[in-house]
Amino acid sequence: MQPLLDVQNVSKAFGGVIANKNVSLKVEKGQIAGLIGPNGSGKTTMFNSIVGYHPVDSGQIFFKGREISRLRVGAIARLGLLRTFQQTRIYGKMTCMENMLISLPDRTGGFSSLLRSRHALGVQRAKDLLEFVGLYSKRYLYAGDLSFGQQKLLEFAMALINEPEMLLLDEPTAGINPTLINGLIDRLKRANKELGITLLVIEHNMRVIMNLADHIYCLAHGEMLAEGSPEDIRNDSRVIDAYLGAH
Amino acid sequence: MTRKSYHLLAMLALAAIGLAAPWLLPSYLSQFSKLWLFIVLALTWDLMGGQMGYNSFGNVVFFGIGMYATAATQVALYYPLAAYTAAKGGGTEFIFNTSQFFTGLAAGLPVGGLAAAIAALALGLIILGMRGHYFAIATLGLAIAAGELAAGWDLIGAGSGMVTPTPPDSIDTTVLFYYLSLALAALTFLFLAWLYSTRFGLAINAIRDDEDKAEAMGHHTTRNKVVAWVISAFFLGIAGGIFGNLSKFIDPIDVAFNGAEIGVWMILMAILGGKGTLWGPVIGAGVFYIMKELFWTYLLGWQRVALGLLIVIIVVFFPQGIVGWLKERWPGRFGPTAEEMEAADAKGEA
Repeated sequence: MQPLLDVQNVSKAFGGVIANKNVSLKVEKGQIAGLIGPNGSGKTTMFNSIVGYHPVDSGQIFFKGREISRLRVGAIARLGLLRTFQQTRIYGKMTCMENMLISLPDRTGGFSSLLRSRHALGVQRAKDLLEFVGLYSKRYLYAGDLSFGQQKLLEFAMALINEPEMLLLDEPTAGINPTLINGLIDRLKRANKELGITLLVIEHNMRVIMNLADHIYCLAHGEMLAEGSPEDIRNDSRVIDAYLGAH
Repeated sequence: MTRKSYHLLAMLALAAIGLAAPWLLPSYLSQFSKLWLFIVLALTWDLMGGQMGYNSFGNVVFFGIGMYATAATQVALYYPLAAYTAAKGGGTEFIFNTSQFFTGLAAGLPVGGLAAAIAALALGLIILGMRGHYFAIATLGLAIAAGELAAGWDLIGAGSGMVTPTPPDSIDTTVLFYYLSLALAALTFLFLAWLYSTRFGLAINAIRDDEDKAEAMGHHTTRNKVVAWVISAFFLGIAGGIFGNLSKFIDPIDVAFNGAEIGVWMILMAILGGKGTLWGPVIGAGVFYIMKELFWTYLLGWQRVALGLLIVIIVVFFPQGIVGWLKERWPGRFGPTAEEMEAADAKGEA
């Protein structure tokens, strides 16, 4: 079976800085994959290349068997490949409910669905998902007034209501209260299991990623250093060196 | 009383004032006509600048295009346009009888709106790919370029401008254009009120708050931006058509493409009233227009200084605008409460 996401030998340089060099990775449908690596190792660049934020210098990216490395951000999102941002992005001057309602997928409806009342579609779904991430009681607050951690949860819920096939999460637990992190891991797992969303997660928190991922890729200096099960990665001396600075 | 009934009451009060003005204040009727048109200018600017966060300094272009397109249609239905403009619209050979005048107007105003909308579509596809500030800068030159182009085009009278068709004496044009302006303002207001209640309203708000995010969530952001500009331009074009007839003479630079005055005023009115709110531009236009008329009447010679001072005061003390300030001060009274939002969501779902 072909993998859901198949990145083949992607390179990307910014001027003289080589951010990604011949990076390949595969994510199977239904999997939770992790992407780790020290700061500046090219994780976010990898994400940006996948979702079409910038063109790649060389290599190919396939999503559901379709080459997507030439597509624009919006077109890739409409295929069902969505990302969240490291610096959380929500619509600050809109309420949480409005943030959710405008994140409903518009793939099939076209323009006419935009002319329906803003209350006509997805209200119950929006409430359910806000409940799911624990923001139900804040649903009519302006998103910009939420704390950073809450905004992250909102962004996650917005991604879920969009019904993506695959979700790329850039440091979902950064800035979140440690006691909430366990809850978040649980929710990510449930989103994967119950909603069938394949996940690719960038994470610095080793405890989180080891608990969450089925398969982990480790980048260092823009190159793929290691891959394998959490157990393999934990015991890989190159990974340990990379993190402790010996690399 | 709920907020919704205040909203309804305010609309009814405005409509009553609007309909009664010809009897109450007959001598100020053409000023009032302009006030209604200014409300349209502020409302359509706010669709872009307030609701979508795209500050356009070039919206006056659509106003001017509508003005010329309307007048040209009014004439061209009955006379060769070139001969009419060559004669400076005067002379005895270009007579419009009652039915010709009304037919011309009925055809001309929609043509004015459509011409402006088509121009917005073409311009939008080119420059709405640009983001925020870059878009604002790109629109800066539009009015100047359009004014110069119009001033060099003989068919529409070039630099000497164009006289709009003179109606027969039997038509009271002051009252006619007053009601047309009022109707257009009402139509624009109701249309935008509906538009902002749809998912499209949310979509352009999303562009205002974070366009990168909207795009990453799969929105057709460029399409939505172009549609918003086309809608804005359509109503502006009709407003221009009425304004041209009201002024009776279209000068390419001082009337049609007057970026330095009308182009700036429409922005100020929206900001004064409260960007991104439905009532803000209406209130802003009212306050601004009355102040402006007072300055021009009582402070003649210093009117521009006073206006400049007003602008500074607006920006310093009311950065959110009047409605924005009220909303911040009394969020429950001037903005929707959580209960109201809950009820609206519940109703929509049913």
